[in-house]
Amino acid sequence: MVEGKIEIRGLNFYYGTFQALQDVTLRIREREITAIIGPSGCGKSTLLRCLNRMNDLIKGARIEGSVKIDGEDIYGSSVDLIRLRKKVGMVFQRPNPFPISIFDNIAYGPAIHHLASKQALPDIVERSLRAVGLWDELKDRLSGSALMLSGEQQQRLCIARLIAVEPEILLMDEPCSALDPVATAKIEKLMLELKCRYTIVIVTHNMQQAARVSDWAAYLYLGKLIEFGETKMLFTTPKKRETEDYITGRFG
Amino acid sequence: MRRYYERVVEGLVFASGMASIIFVILIFVFLLKEGLMLFREFSVIKFLLGKHWYPISEPPQFGTLPLILGSLWVTLGATAISVPLGIACAIFIGEIASGWLREVLKAGVELLAAIPSIVLGFIGLVTLVPLVKNMFGLSTGLTAFSGSVMLAFMAMPTIVSIMEDALNLVPKTYREGSIAMGATKWQTIRRIILPSAASGIIAAVMLGFGRVIGETMAVMMITGNAAVIPKSIFQPVRTMTATIAAEMGETVQGSDHYFALFAVAILLFVITFAVNFLADWFLHRKKAR
Repeated sequence: MVEGKIEIRGLNFYYGTFQALQDVTLRIREREITAIIGPSGCGKSTLLRCLNRMNDLIKGARIEGSVKIDGEDIYGSSVDLIRLRKKVGMVFQRPNPFPISIFDNIAYGPAIHHLASKQALPDIVERSLRAVGLWDELKDRLSGSALMLSGEQQQRLCIARLIAVEPEILLMDEPCSALDPVATAKIEKLMLELKCRYTIVIVTHNMQQAARVSDWAAYLYLGKLIEFGETKMLFTTPKKRETEDYITGRFG
Repeated sequence: MRRYYERVVEGLVFASGMASIIFVILIFVFLLKEGLMLFREFSVIKFLLGKHWYPISEPPQFGTLPLILGSLWVTLGATAISVPLGIACAIFIGEIASGWLREVLKAGVELLAAIPSIVLGFIGLVTLVPLVKNMFGLSTGLTAFSGSVMLAFMAMPTIVSIMEDALNLVPKTYREGSIAMGATKWQTIRRIILPSAASGIIAAVMLGFGRVIGETMAVMMITGNAAVIPKSIFQPVRTMTATIAAEMGETVQGSDHYFALFAVAILLFVITFAVNFLADWFLHRKKAR
């Protein structure tokens, strides 16, 4: 069997005494899009945040089981969080560009990770903006504030900001929930373009979106992984009754 | 009957609201009325740029330059000390400390604000003044520098609490975004949080400045009260506020000296008003964005 890019085994997650994830085992394959779907509060975001250890910031959070990326347990004692988060980038629900210029937003990552000299930064900025299709729109206003951009442009900028540090995995936490349908379609198109270079995990409560973009889908309910499989199969011939109820809209 | 009652309450609330504005206007008008009398006989230029404050000589000299410079030296010194400390303190309380430590520190800062300035002045007089004298080998410890150190303590609570509010207003998503990119806590604070909170931080500095320039008792006790143009921060100075406080009791109402003190008060009023206005502008600009 081929090892996945990310191997999640027997993952339990607790917020204090509340168990948010129960014994989740999941394999995420390299350079494919894996969608995590399920109703609100089912633990989708929690699961996603286990993959770059963003849950570490929460008080009283506790984790059991293992998450391996490229065979390395990211909860191991020798893990460098900074390196991990450089490798595993995250896009948030609401676009969160920093309140600085467009250029500086993208230069931020390379600067903090000491990836490039000052002279090399313009190149990186251009390359990153091109990768998300923003270069032509923004090349003349790089010094303008990132907060002046539209929601969709902001979300693209946030993706470009990650690409600038050359990650391998992109985690997307409902990246389109604050966007209108047209903008959503554009971001989805971008995700399909990025797939050939990055492993993408997307959390979404929009089932059509999962069906449109993902190769693999995991249905999560009340912290349990109900079903996981190829998106085509999961949406056409689900094996479990609960999954069928959810995707046909009878529930959720 | 009920409508009548509503009207009365409305009227009372309106009147109380207006009262604060009216009081400010009345105070300002009174200041102007008394202060401007000086300029019937004494020129404004001489008042602002005159190098000598000899109010009881014959003829008297009302040059406020030494007083303005005295206030500025003390205030700038205090700002230079309290701003870096205040920023560091606010960052520690707002971003780094957690749980009980944070609560204790916040309470401590508030307590600092509650100490009457005369008490701080007194403590400064018996501890700080001799220390400054010995440490720098001066003939007297009653200097602008001592005043600055003392006033820095008074400005700290204002600066820290407003700055901490400004840091709190920085959206959590900025922190998350930065941390998720692999930035360290310090990188996030320095490169993302501080720039985002910049206008609030500037406002905090301005308000601290305003607090310090208006302070009277403590500076009067420890700055030496010599109305001469200071050549260094280690010399005695006399501030505008201390001049008014020290001399008001000895003037004859309606004399030029009396009017001159009011003119100094106008000057002080204008300076603090300008500083507060700027601070407000910075805070407001933040909200508009």
